[in-house]
Amino acid sequence: MAPAAPPIVVVDAVTKRFGKGPQATIALDHVSAEIRPGQITGLVGPDGAGKTTLLRLIAGLLKPNEGKITVLGQDSVTAVTTVQHDIGYMPQRFGLYEDLTVAENLDLYADMHELDGTVRQERFASLLAFTALTPFVERLAGKLSGGMKQKLGLACALLSRPKLLLLDEPSAGVDPASRRELWRIVRTMAGEGVAVIWSTAYLDEAERCDSFLLFANGRLLASGSPTDFSRRVDGRTFLITVPPGHKHRVQRRAAADPAIADAIIQGERIRIVLNDGATLPDAAVLGGTGLPQPVRPRFEDAFVSLLHGRTAPRSSPAVPEESTSTAVTDGAAIEAHDLTRDFGAFRAVDNVTFTVAPGEVFGLLGPNGAGKSTTFRMLCGLLEPSAGSARVAGVDLGTARAAARERIGYMSQRFSLYGELSVRDNLDFFSGVYGLSSTRRRQRIDWALESFELGPVARQTSGSLPLGFKQRLALSCALLHEPRVLFLDEPTSGVDPLMRREFWARIGALAEQRVTVLVTSHFMDEAEYCDRLAIVYGGRMIAMGSPDDLKRRFVSDTLPDPTLEDAFVALIETQGTKAAP
Amino acid sequence: MLRRILSLIIKEFLTLWKDPKSRFVIIAPPLIQLVLFANAATFDVNHVALGLWVEDSAHPARELVSRFEGSTAFDVVAHFDNPGDVERALSAQRVKAILHLGQTFSADVLAGRPAKVQLLLDGRRSNTALIVQNYAATILESFQRQRSIRPEAGLQLETRAWFNPNYDSQWFILPGLTVLLTAVATILITALSVARERELGTFEQLLVTPLRPMEILLGKAIPPTCIGFVEANVIATIAVVFYGVPFIGNILLFHVAVAAFAVSTIGIGMVISSIARTQQQAILGVFIFLAPAIVLSGFATPIANMPQWSQELTRINPIAYMIRLTRGIFLQDVSWSLAWDQLWPMLVIGIVTQAYSTWLFARKLQ
Repeated sequence: MAPAAPPIVVVDAVTKRFGKGPQATIALDHVSAEIRPGQITGLVGPDGAGKTTLLRLIAGLLKPNEGKITVLGQDSVTAVTTVQHDIGYMPQRFGLYEDLTVAENLDLYADMHELDGTVRQERFASLLAFTALTPFVERLAGKLSGGMKQKLGLACALLSRPKLLLLDEPSAGVDPASRRELWRIVRTMAGEGVAVIWSTAYLDEAERCDSFLLFANGRLLASGSPTDFSRRVDGRTFLITVPPGHKHRVQRRAAADPAIADAIIQGERIRIVLNDGATLPDAAVLGGTGLPQPVRPRFEDAFVSLLHGRTAPRSSPAVPEESTSTAVTDGAAIEAHDLTRDFGAFRAVDNVTFTVAPGEVFGLLGPNGAGKSTTFRMLCGLLEPSAGSARVAGVDLGTARAAARERIGYMSQRFSLYGELSVRDNLDFFSGVYGLSSTRRRQRIDWALESFELGPVARQTSGSLPLGFKQRLALSCALLHEPRVLFLDEPTSGVDPLMRREFWARIGALAEQRVTVLVTSHFMDEAEYCDRLAIVYGGRMIAMGSPDDLKRRFVSDTLPDPTLEDAFVALIETQGTKAAP
Repeated sequence: MLRRILSLIIKEFLTLWKDPKSRFVIIAPPLIQLVLFANAATFDVNHVALGLWVEDSAHPARELVSRFEGSTAFDVVAHFDNPGDVERALSAQRVKAILHLGQTFSADVLAGRPAKVQLLLDGRRSNTALIVQNYAATILESFQRQRSIRPEAGLQLETRAWFNPNYDSQWFILPGLTVLLTAVATILITALSVARERELGTFEQLLVTPLRPMEILLGKAIPPTCIGFVEANVIATIAVVFYGVPFIGNILLFHVAVAAFAVSTIGIGMVISSIARTQQQAILGVFIFLAPAIVLSGFATPIANMPQWSQELTRINPIAYMIRLTRGIFLQDVSWSLAWDQLWPMLVIGIVTQAYSTWLFARKLQ
């Protein structure tokens, strides 16, 4: 991939600050990069890394505080109108008009770009065919599925035949099949010479890009070709097989081993990345069986090993050891029986049945709008089922909701804390509403401050804390009353990989103490941490099993080692048209 | 249960106090409005710019003119001698009123014939014009009395019943304002506190705790009630101490009234917040309620002057009851039994709205 063509975008030592004075947040810190035509450049990084800011700067929607951006040979600030003519920008929440039809949305964008006559009709036809939206032209944009909305957004951004296409997290929350289709469309555009910038928090997407810019906290950590990047950890990635039921323990030991940079649970095995120059420890010492198998390195492996080199080496995160009551309940911790939920004529959840054993980490996996959140909300008592029943921690939610609530902990995606209050005030409040007695309250708050390392920030306003602290505080608040079942709603979407590892290490330790965990996710990575998964699509549960089980079902000659995403896509395909949105 | 509610109440106060926006809502608007209403928005009209167009120089005419000149209500700023100048001065708003005495005025007065006094007013400001007219009428009346002119032969100027010239409109405004500001604060705080939680997602977090809907309601209602008490007391004190409004009535009755009123306004705030999904919607909801409720409260215009249908509407307006009651307590020492007539409707409104919002909250869960 020789960079033959000259760059279409040159970002030169750009700094962008929001706010003034010492309180200013630095969104981008002296970032320099080049974007070339005919390539897909991945803008990779966790939430708050500066991806959207860079896109907005390139689109001329923001002015840099320092440095200069040249787009198509022109300055992004002084020549903003000429530059914008050649840019297609698709923001994170695309500006679709939900009350207009697909055709009307396209018309509107065509009007904005002053496309007339035959040119207009030709482009409509080709883009609709290209995005496979032709059968849906009369449908309201608001009624499209998540994936179709993104495709329509993309079609609107492509109407003006841009030379530069800026896509801000186009695949977030989209089902894997639609995600693949988006990639196919964008790949074709790049093939026609368009420069594409694709921002994403999914690290596996970085591998599909021609080049990448990896951001964290406003800094450019690495850039170049993703294959070269992954090659940095070549020969240092292995899978360790573990005996059933020992994965959390083995993972913890491996993470603490000085020779190992990264250890994560992948189905029933542990994936490890060795430190540079370290020798492979004996799998038996870690608690595994057999020989560690070498595997192809992934982008994430290289990223984590890079982060490890930068941040002070952190021993395995403090795990709330023996803190939670180990009251063993007989029978299932969660029982969903024929759960159904209708919203008007729309059936969001259709006859979902499953049971979760105590101490199990169970995942509800599916794209946005598949019904997983609705199922989740019914199980934690936020929504009444239209039909069917649910028991949580041995209590029927239909008859004893308040009693069930005393036994469950809940952590939402948005870390629903009181941002104006200090860490301590939040802990005080939640321990109070869970009705803890004053001695127990003091004990539990001390426990939370200590084992979640919140002591130093106890007096700080929780809203001003970094994301990682907020997440820890949210989890500690959900655990103050020692719940037997923990509900997690997309707990680690958009956080950086180290934070995600730390979080899941805590969850693993809880599971070992027989706390049952129910997780929703659209992240395939997150799903790998689960003991069992239910795949939800179109309101129905289309498969259930361990991550390895699900993958094994789709082993074939062409796909000897399918990923969870492969399995998911294959499952949707076997569902045929029944589950079509 | 008490511990849970107490935790919620403490948290409510903490968030109110630590959030600069909420702090502003509690403190700034009441003070600003108090200053504005008490000083700027007065029904009294003083130093009206008056033009004179006197075509008669005999004694009765001069005497009447000097009465106008001596009145604090009027400042004579111009003299005219032809209709053209008069018209220009009025339309340019250089004067608000012009006193016109014709050539025969003195002769008519002295002969005991009906004498014409013309007062030209800027009708664009009808309210002011009406008040100015009344001031003029008062001056004419005393002039008439002093000269023992028989009414039937008297000076002709139309008069209408309006305020007594000594009437201090602050006595009328400030008790009403105490009610209005208390209403604004309690409704806004209640509506915003639930809407904010909903917007930030913490409301769901509350709903998965063992708190029952009733407990959430209590925890949400008690802090604004406390703030309502503080607000009502502060404004009432300012009215009495700084603006000399009398407080003749029973102070205990005043507090009972504030409590009953808070029950009703918080109920309304709860209904708004159970419908609104965001803080913006909540603020909009509060204004949709408050704008007509203030018009129909008797704060500025007497309910008795309203058409029948809108008088009926005031019956479901807690602010109307509370303004009537508060004026009674401030100015006339209303009795408990009379106060009850105003208290029970507020309690009924409060119970109905709070029950309805509890039902709405519970229904949202299904």
